[in-house]
Parts: sequence; C-alpha cells; structure tokens
Amino acid sequence: MPRTASKTTKKRSKPYTVTSSDTDPVPSASSKTKKSAKENDEKYKLFNKYANTSSGVIDPEGIEKLCSKLKVSHTDIKILMLAWKMKSERQGYFTKAEWRRALKALKVDTTKKLKKALPELEKEVRKPLNFADFYAYAFRYCLTDERQNCIDIETICQLLDMVLGSTFRDQVDHFVDYLKIQNDYKVITMDQWMGFYRFCNEISFPDMTNYSLELAWPLILDNFFEWMREKQA
Amino acid sequence: SLSFKMERKTIDLDQGWDYMQTGITKLKRILEGLPEPQFDSEQYMMLYTTIYNMCTQKPPHDYSQQLYDKYREAFEEYIHSTVLPALREKHDEYMLRELVKRWSNHKVMVRWLSRFFYYLDRYFIARRSLPPLNEVGLTCFRDLVYNELHSKVKDAVIALVDKEREGEQIDRALLKNVLDIYVEIGMGQMERYEEDFESFMLLDSASYYSRKASSWIQEDSCPDYMLKSEECLKKERERVAHYLHSSSEPKLVEKVQHELLVVYANQLLEKEHSGCRALLRDDKVDDLSRMYRLYHKIVKGLEPVANIFKQHVTAEGNALVQQAEDTATNHAANTASVQEQVLIRKVIELHDKYMVYVVECFQNHTLFHKALKEAFEIFCNKTVAGSSSAELLATFCDNILKKGGSEKLSDEAIEDTLEKVVKLLAYISDKDLFAEFYRKKLARRLLFDRSANDDHERSILTKLKQQCGGQFTSKMEGMVTDLTLARENQNSFEEYLGNNPAANPGIDLTVTVLTTGFWPSYKSFDINLPAEMVKCVEVFKGFYETKTKHRKLTWIYSLGTCHLNGKFDTKPIELVVSTYQAAVLLLFNTTDKLSYTDILTQLNLSHEDLVRLLHSLSCARYKILLKEPSTKTVSQSDSFEFNSKFTDRMRRIKIPLPPVDERKKVVEDVDKDRRYAIDAAIVRIMKSRKVLGHQQLVSECVEQLSRMFKPDIKAIKKRMEDLITRDYLERDKENPNMFRYLA
Repeated sequence: MPRTASKTTKKRSKPYTVTSSDTDPVPSASSKTKKSAKENDEKYKLFNKYANTSSGVIDPEGIEKLCSKLKVSHTDIKILMLAWKMKSERQGYFTKAEWRRALKALKVDTTKKLKKALPELEKEVRKPLNFADFYAYAFRYCLTDERQNCIDIETICQLLDMVLGSTFRDQVDHFVDYLKIQNDYKVITMDQWMGFYRFCNEISFPDMTNYSLELAWPLILDNFFEWMREKQA
Repeated sequence: SLSFKMERKTIDLDQGWDYMQTGITKLKRILEGLPEPQFDSEQYMMLYTTIYNMCTQKPPHDYSQQLYDKYREAFEEYIHSTVLPALREKHDEYMLRELVKRWSNHKVMVRWLSRFFYYLDRYFIARRSLPPLNEVGLTCFRDLVYNELHSKVKDAVIALVDKEREGEQIDRALLKNVLDIYVEIGMGQMERYEEDFESFMLLDSASYYSRKASSWIQEDSCPDYMLKSEECLKKERERVAHYLHSSSEPKLVEKVQHELLVVYANQLLEKEHSGCRALLRDDKVDDLSRMYRLYHKIVKGLEPVANIFKQHVTAEGNALVQQAEDTATNHAANTASVQEQVLIRKVIELHDKYMVYVVECFQNHTLFHKALKEAFEIFCNKTVAGSSSAELLATFCDNILKKGGSEKLSDEAIEDTLEKVVKLLAYISDKDLFAEFYRKKLARRLLFDRSANDDHERSILTKLKQQCGGQFTSKMEGMVTDLTLARENQNSFEEYLGNNPAANPGIDLTVTVLTTGFWPSYKSFDINLPAEMVKCVEVFKGFYETKTKHRKLTWIYSLGTCHLNGKFDTKPIELVVSTYQAAVLLLFNTTDKLSYTDILTQLNLSHEDLVRLLHSLSCARYKILLKEPSTKTVSQSDSFEFNSKFTDRMRRIKIPLPPVDERKKVVEDVDKDRRYAIDAAIVRIMKSRKVLGHQQLVSECVEQLSRMFKPDIKAIKKRMEDLITRDYLERDKENPNMFRYLA
C-alpha cells in the first residue's frame, strides 16, 4: 500500500541493495519532523529489504530471510513474539503497517538493532499478563481461514512445543503424547487451547492432586487426566 | 324495755390460744384414731369466732400476726412430736404406708385448722402479702417431713418397681398414693416429682433394661428379642397408667426403647440367622411387621431397616438378572430371548411381592417406598446379553400385543400385565430408548397387521401417557390414527378405481399412507420395480393427487407385502412375500436362469440386501429358487433358477424375511436425539439464568432431562463445549467455572 510521502523529504527511489552485513544508514542532519520521517524511511527501507516487491508484503520467503539475518530459526518463539508485537494477522506474512508498528514499539530500525531487541521482547512477552494474551494470539495466528475456529492436532502439538515448551516441558510432553494417541478429537478449539494454559498454571504436575473432574475443565483435559492416572497406576 | 348490749370482752392471747389448743388437741386425737367424737357445729363456731374476735380486737389486742405464727407452730409441733418419729422408725414398704397415712392426716389437719383460722385468710394475709393458710400448712409438711424423707422414699419405690419388673406382685395403689405426694407437694409445679423421683426412676429403668438387653441380645434370636421388647414396652406403659404420673410415659418409653432397641440396633438387625436379612429371606411377615412397629417410634430408627430391605430386594433382582444372563450365554439365541421375557415376568412378580411388604409390613411408609424404588432402579437398568432393559421391556410388550404372542391370557390378565409393565418403566432411566424400541415394534405390528387387539394397543398408550406425559406417546398415537385413516383412504381409492376403469393397474393394490413425523424413519431404496408394480405406484399417485396437491409421497417398498401365484409343476401355490422378494421372483417370469450379478444390476439393490433376499428364497425352508452351487450361503458368483419342482402340502405359504437387527439403528437414533435434547436443555437453562456455575448447570440439566433419560456427564460437557464453539455460551473471564449466555 503506498504511503503518503513526507513533506520535507522524498522517499528514496533506488532499491536498497543487499549486503552481507548490515550497515547503519548515514544519519543526515534534520529537524525533528525530518527525523521522524527519516525514521519511517529507515523502517520502510528495512521492510523493503525483506518484502516481496510484487505483493508489497513480507512473505514466508522474506521471513525466512529475516530469520537467517536475525540468526533465529523460523520456528523460534521469538518470531511469533515479533508477530504478536506487530499484531500480525496472517501467518507467514508481515504487512508494512504491521512491520512499522513492531519496529516503532521496539524502537529499532535496523536488522542488527532488531536482533538485539529480541531478548528484551521475549522478557516482555513472558510477563504473566502479556503471556496469556500472547498465548491466545498464538492460536488465532495459526487459523488459516476466517470461518475456521479450530486447529488440527499436529499443528497444535508443534505450537504447544514452541509456545509452552520452555516453561512447562513436562506437561507439554505428556499432553502431546496423549493428543497423538487419542481418537476423540481431531481438532482443538480456542477454549480447549486456553484450558490447557490454565491447567499448566494451576495444576501441580505430574501428581495433579488438585485437579477435579467435577469442575469445568474442558473434556479433553478430563480425558488426559484419566489417561495419566491410568499410566501412573 | 331492756336494751341489751353485747359487750365483747377482750380476749387475752394466752387465754384465747389455750382455748384453741383444746380444739387442736381434739383434732389430733381424731387423726390418731383415738376415740374422740367429731366436731359439732357449736364447737366449730366457737373456735372460728375466737379467732375472729382476736383478730378484730382493737390494738394492742389485735393478735393476727401472733395467731398466724401460732397456726404454723401448731403443725410444726405436731410433726416434730408425733409424725416424724413415727416415720423414722419404719422402713421400706412399711415406711411408705406410714407416709401415706401421715400425709393424708396432714391434709385433713390443714383443712380443719384453716377453717378455724379462716379469718386470717380473709384480710390479714392479703394486707401483708403473706402465704395463705393452706400453703403454710403444706409447706410445713414439705419442709419438715418431705425434705427429710423423699430420697429414702424414692429408693423404696424404685425397689418395688424393679420387684414388679421381675414378676412379683406389688401394691400398686400404695405406689400411686406415694407418688401423688410428690406431685401434690410441688404445689402446682411438677419439679418435685421430676427432680426427686422421676429422674432417678428413669436412670434406674435405663440401667435395668441395659442389663437385660445385654444378656438377651446374646441369647435370643431377633424375633424373640423383639417379642420381649414389645412386651416390656407394653408393661412399662401399663406401669405409668397404674401408678406413675402420665407425664412420665414418653420419657420412660424413650429410655426403654433406647436401651433395648437403639443401643443394640445394629446387632439385632444384623443377626446372622434371624436378623432382618434372614426374615426377608424367609418371608417372616409378622416378625417384620413387629420390627416396623418397634422402630417406627424411634427417631431415624427405620433407616437401617429400610436399608437392609433395599439391599435384599436389590440382591434378589440382581440374581434374576444374572440368571437370565447365564441362560443367555449357555443357550441358543431363541431360548435366550424366551428367557429374557421370563425375566421381565419374574421382575414383575418380584415387584408385586415386595410392594405387598411395603404396604402391609411397612405400613406404606415413604422410606420403604423409596427403598423399593431405589432397589429396582439399580437392577432394572442392567443389560442382559447385550440387550438393554429398555429393549427387553419393549419386546415384552410386543409379545403381549402381537398376534400369536407368547401370552395366551385373558383380557383382564393382559390389562393387568400392561399396567405393571408401565409401572416398571418408571424405574428405567433410558425411557427414551424404550419409546424408540416400542415405536419400532408398534410400527411392525400395525403395518403387517400383527396387532392382536386394538383396545389393548390403545390402553397401554393411555397408561404410558399418564405416566410419562403426552409428549411420550404423541407419535405412537399418531401412528395408530394413521392406520384408521388409511382404511378410510383405501375405500376412497377403490371408489376412485371403480370410477376410472382405465386407471386400474390390474392388480389388487392396498396402500397405507403414513404421516412421516409419527413413524420411525425407514430407508427407501430406488429399487427397480417390475413393470406391473410401477403401474400401481403411478395409479395411486394419480388418485392421491386428486385428494391433496401439497403432500409428497415417498414409497417404502421394504415394508410392502405381495401375494404371488406360483405356477409350479405339481400344483399352484400362493406365495406371500415381501415386495422385494416379489421383485426378485418376477424377474424369473422372463428368464429361466439369472446370475447374482444379473439380479443385482436389474434390481439396483445393495449386496447386503440382495444376499438376504436370495437367501430367503433359495437357502431357507422354502426353496422357490434353485441355487447353483447349492451351498448353504449366497455368494456373488452364484446363479439362480426358478424351481418348478417346488411343492408343499399347503396352498398358501408365507416366506419370511429375517428382520434386520434394529437395535444398532435405534441406539444411534436415540443418541442423536439425546444430543439435541441436551443442547436444548443447556440453552434453555442458560437463557433464563444468564450466568451459571458449571456444577449447577450440569445438575439442572440432569434434572430437566431425567424424565426421559439419564444423561452422561461427559456428554453434557461435550455439548457445552460445542455450544461454546458455536457462540451460544462463553466462559466468564474471571471465573472459568462460570458460564454466560451469549444472546
């Protein structure tokens, strides 16, 4: 989507050439407004570095490129966190607006700076209030269709591993095992997804002594609980 | 004239008192039984007047106070000098007699003296707010005699009571008189009786019966122990009536009950060979009635009895179920189903038997009605050889209501049985499953004219309606009505054919039009009908359109019957077959021999159906078709030929098609209906409550649905989750155990 050109400066028309290492663009003396415009400029420059020129968005290929520059795997949770930060709506694609949003919030305008900002971003996301929101976001992000409201088991397993693997390793491993062998559900709903997060936070594991079948836990967790008990017997 | 003035001479206190003393002494002599004439009216007047004068004299000769004191002193003196010594020297029963005598005397003394001193009662006591003469007199006895002796008296009385308990004769009137003293001495309050006698008597009684109970419980059987208990209670009540105060009855009875029946309740009821369980087993109706009578009066006393009753009935029921289950596993399929019908009969008999117990032994008490109900609910919901109780019950009804059913009973007996069957339904939790099986079998009875008696059919529907509500029977009633209308319709059809000879298909055709919603759903195949039948269908369609243009007819050929004339070599035989079987056979009118595949293609049926059809015509009892090779089952490579050599001694034979097992479909249909029912219940509840906790929602859901079935908690949870996905409900943000209705 074309942006309105700033009053004082023109957008550079030359495409930004890719070099093996990032270099900071030469800062030019400018007024305050000039500076913000210039900042936007830098973000767009960076955007264009990864975007697909014909579609005008960063596509999966671009993201992979970005990931290699950031030296993270594209399955790393930090990329998902970045997506969350930019409120990205479509999995595998970053729009200009989304990109700008994230970089502005992180106060970065180069890949190098972005890379440095990632650990800080992770810390922020892991704060309990943010993490619940992030966790829900992760689910929505994986929905491929507007009318769709559930995700297949296989994707869920991967997502769980990515999102909760570091904090709730034990629970995730067991639950993923269970999901793979059970036949009751072929897809997982948002309610079940959020239920598992609550389970990890509230229920002591693996003893699960404070779990109760009388409460309103999603049925899939009741079944998981019973399966675990059988195994433990 | 002489004026006569009566001048009252002032009476001096000592003088006056001396005179009174003469009266008092006389009274004492009378009381002691010494020879002394009674007071005459002049003597009485004199004594009374003396007091009057001494009280009305002008001060300082107004001696009211002194006289009041001397009145009391008179009693005190007499008691100290005569009464107490007499009592102190006697013991036990003799002492009691003496006491009664002295008390009686005292009352007489009080009566007389208070009459003499009456004037004090009139003015003096009120002016000074003093106790009246009567009270003063009684108080003297109480303070001097009663207070000293009541404990000793109490011991003597209790000793006599225990003596009587051991079977000895005692003087009941004496005890009554003694105990009356305790009551009277209380002067309007029961305190003296209760504290100085009753409390000790109760303790003693408790201890007495405690001793008895501890030895009886070891030695006696339950019935004997109960007889003794009943007898003891009767005797204690008599005791009260004869000499204890009536207010002691409930307290005494409670103590006796407690020691005999409460303390040892468990040991008594659970006695191995004679306890409640054994009595039920041996049908000891009288003993059980006694047990009820005894425990009925005790708070929560009947609960253990009802519990044992429930366990017993449950065990009996379970045994019947197990018996049927065992027979089913050990025998062939048809004897098994007979056994299942026998089971229902036996369950009905069991119910009748124990209902009599509830009504007669247990006096219709709600606790026992509940116990019976719960017992039946336990074993009536067990599966027997794969059949649910709902199915068994529906099959049982079918057997009674169908022609040639296993029941060859009188009308009255049938009505009675149907009544009992409907009562049993109350215990079955899967009522909706019963309804579906019943409906399926009713359909078969109606459509194949297998119903034995219309009145019985309607009668059971009325009973079911009464017990389960109109919604339960509305479809079934619709089915019965459809049949009545169908007959009328058939008449119109025949009239139509009469008026339109060109439309006549040349075959006798009877069509039954069913209202879709009432009848079970039937699969309808696009079988390629023989030409003759196609014409029939068209003709009827033509007729039907003259009656109504807005209804669509869907033909269910699987339910049709056909009469074919089989022109066999020996003799022609009429074959009564299903429409499908007829379609197969009619193919052989044009060709002698056909392969399986030929038939399959021509008729457009599924393999499953075709195999079934061909089997019935070539491998069963009547071999209308010859199969090559002549193996026992039909395979897809077989070929078939019309068996012209076929014959039978009958002129008309019915070739049955084994019915498809409907159980699986019924269960599926019911499960599907249940999902909708649960959804509807959840939405209904949430719509009205707006916000509700999980447990409450589940329990209300269960309650609402309980009339038709017992919903599985997991199923409810699943439906709730589905409703969340469909945005009918959401979890509360703060409390994940609460749900909100989303409009």
